[in-house]
Amino acid sequence: MKPLPSTVTALALLAAAGFAHAADPDLGRNLAATCATCHGTNGQALPGAGMEALAGMDKAKALQKLNEFRSGAKPASIMHQISKGFTDEQLDLMATFFAAQKN
Amino acid sequence: MMLMKRREFLKFGAAAGSMAALHGCAAGGSKASGHVVVVGGGYGGATLAKYLRMWSEGGVQVTLVERNPTFVSCPMSNLVIGGFKAIEDITVSYDNLKNKWQVRVIQDEVVAVDAAKRSISLARGGSMTYDRLVLSPGVDFMFDQIPGLNDAAAQSRILHAWKAGPQTVALRKQLEGMKDGGVFAISIPKAPFRCPPAPYERACLVASYFKQHKPKSKVIILDANEEVASKKDLFTKAWADLFSGIVEYRPENEVKDVEPGTNTAVTEFDKLKADVLNVIPPQRAGAVATRSGLRLINNRWVDVNWLTMESTNTPNVHVLGDAVFPAPVMPKSGNMANQQGKLAAAAILNLLAGRSPNPAPVVMNACYSFMDPKSAAHITSVHTYDAATKTMQPVKGSGGVSAARNEIEAKFALGWAKNIWADMLA
Repeated sequence: MKPLPSTVTALALLAAAGFAHAADPDLGRNLAATCATCHGTNGQALPGAGMEALAGMDKAKALQKLNEFRSGAKPASIMHQISKGFTDEQLDLMATFFAAQKN
Repeated sequence: MMLMKRREFLKFGAAAGSMAALHGCAAGGSKASGHVVVVGGGYGGATLAKYLRMWSEGGVQVTLVERNPTFVSCPMSNLVIGGFKAIEDITVSYDNLKNKWQVRVIQDEVVAVDAAKRSISLARGGSMTYDRLVLSPGVDFMFDQIPGLNDAAAQSRILHAWKAGPQTVALRKQLEGMKDGGVFAISIPKAPFRCPPAPYERACLVASYFKQHKPKSKVIILDANEEVASKKDLFTKAWADLFSGIVEYRPENEVKDVEPGTNTAVTEFDKLKADVLNVIPPQRAGAVATRSGLRLINNRWVDVNWLTMESTNTPNVHVLGDAVFPAPVMPKSGNMANQQGKLAAAAILNLLAGRSPNPAPVVMNACYSFMDPKSAAHITSVHTYDAATKTMQPVKGSGGVSAARNEIEAKFALGWAKNIWADMLA
């Protein structure tokens, strides 16, 4: 499936948010929580355990990394397989959440 | 003094419950409040308890009923059995849940659930009410399927070590006591069972110990399944590359009985006498789930609504982890229980606040297995809710296994363990 241009996506999200049943405001938080088993609660990985902390990571940088995992441009042991499990919109929500966390 | 405290505590539960009911009416439901009782402090229950407290910013009262004084991890416990880690390395205290997150942790067992009254009874006496009950009991063993193992004396001799703790240490002692040239036999039940790659990992780590210290010894795998149930190519290659002449794999060898006096496993057509016999019995949802009237599938696993992890026939009772009838290709793993705990925590907070649960939850699994003490391989998958089939479905194109066992993933496996234990309990 061809990804939607981001402006269209943004408009669609805005439209969705305008309905009586607004989108769950905690979606980004919930999605980001799936990463915590390796990357720590709220992206705060334990120091010295060899896993990358995601808390406070610049959003554009995080999205670039994730897209490179998905395309195979960035070598990975496992993230190429996990990153393909999420949509562009989901990755955006997660990156937004992590960027706002204290590192 | 203890009794006094206990009574006060039980009163607290009841009060929190009725407070929640009042709040629910008065506030019209924007912020979650109420009392959630969690039964079982493993990967599912402990994660849910912490996340309920964290995400509600203390608004929801959480009581965790757990029969053991500390958490002992099943993942990494094969390293203890192989002699590469100590039991202390895989043991974590509940102190942070108690003190940092203000979860009320009580060491006890639930003897009955009264879903109509939203109340549970405890083994040491007393009862407690809830707004939402979460059962995360793990598995129980179906010893009746292996008649010779269906008594305490046999079970103290022929171990499962499929719940980490005293049995983990005891199995290690049996291996240490075994003579060089002995046979370690491990039997694997038909899938589904807790942690599909783990029996094969155990075979690898026991073989690693033998290779180093008891090189004339053998590991014989009696598998009820037709083939290796997880990471097949990786394990098969490890046995050929690393443990040739030590590991022998026998598919379609279901252990139907044992003769405890001689450590003998009985399969349909054969008998195998071992020096150390490790029988992993068939499993079903933990007793608190199977005897509480929850709808079961195959009379073994709890049927849940995947948007909330709530029982499909018992309102306000949610079930997590290995006890649940799994969605397609979803493993019974600690990582998956952790993810289900967060899914349920988010849903329960929405429900307690009078909102709908998230209609599109996602969970992921990442499981590392050691092939020897220095190398490991993973399996991973991502699952998202599918409204058409009303279950979680794997996301097409995602997931997979390691291309080959490697040393960096042995480090990641340990890093995963430290981070997930902190995610649950720190």
